[in-house]
Amino acid sequence: MTLWWIGNIVLLVVIVPVVVYLLRGVLEAAKSIVPSVQGIANVAAAGSKDLDAAPLLLTTQDQITQTVAGLANYGGSLDVILDDAEAEQP
Amino acid sequence: MTVLAVVAAGVAMIFAVLLIVLALVYFLVSTILELRKITAGLDDVIAGVGEIVEKSAPVNDVVTAINGQLDAGVDLLEGLLVKKAGMSDAVGLIDGVYPGAGAAGLRNFPESTDIDPPRIGEVYTKGTLTLARLGREAPIAAASPEGELLRNVEGGSLAARQLYPDVRHTGPEKLPGSPAIGADAPVQYEQRDDIGAPRKRPPVRRS
Repeated sequence: MTLWWIGNIVLLVVIVPVVVYLLRGVLEAAKSIVPSVQGIANVAAAGSKDLDAAPLLLTTQDQITQTVAGLANYGGSLDVILDDAEAEQP
Repeated sequence: MTVLAVVAAGVAMIFAVLLIVLALVYFLVSTILELRKITAGLDDVIAGVGEIVEKSAPVNDVVTAINGQLDAGVDLLEGLLVKKAGMSDAVGLIDGVYPGAGAAGLRNFPESTDIDPPRIGEVYTKGTLTLARLGREAPIAAASPEGELLRNVEGGSLAARQLYPDVRHTGPEKLPGSPAIGADAPVQYEQRDDIGAPRKRPPVRRS
């Protein structure tokens, strides 16, 4: 009988607080993850929004192609108009 | 007495176990609810990351193509600059426009890093003389150490003005003034006789 009471006391004084402490730790860890996940979701949404201008790269590519083509034409004309540096030197 | 003690001990044990079960239920249910929030948040994250992956998929190819085009442009400009200005003046021009860039040299001409960049004034003078040789009016070339401009700007302008029948190109001291006009002018042009006279009336016909 005495051992039973000792067991009950241990159960109430030791086991219950330990169980509560461990479970509370798990709950607080889970709660601490929620804001981080929400922050990551917001960052992912903002990153996705920042990439909305990515299709404009196709326009940039076309313009650069036209610019380099015009540059090649201009360079070809300059090559005809101007003398070479080696030709100017006697 | 013994029975009461056994019952009391049993009740105490049941109470302790009940406390443990209640704690388990409370904290585990709370943990489940938080995990559900985490799952919903991760679903949002996955959706956002999926959009990022989808939107950034063609970026690599496009940027690679743009870099290829720009590389071709750089090769063209470097080659043309070195061909027309020479290696030394090309490095000097680059160093003059972007101070310190001459030390890096040209990408397609590794030997350009060994060249001591000349002063930009020398490059400008040479370029200005080139413009003057082409017929441009470049005032900066007036200070050219090589002498006067190759083109007489004033003489060229006089030759052009002599094509018109005008005396202004002869440089007269006084040119004829413009005629004064208006109601108070000393000379009235196109004077009318009917001004101040009675108004002419058509004859009246009588029937």
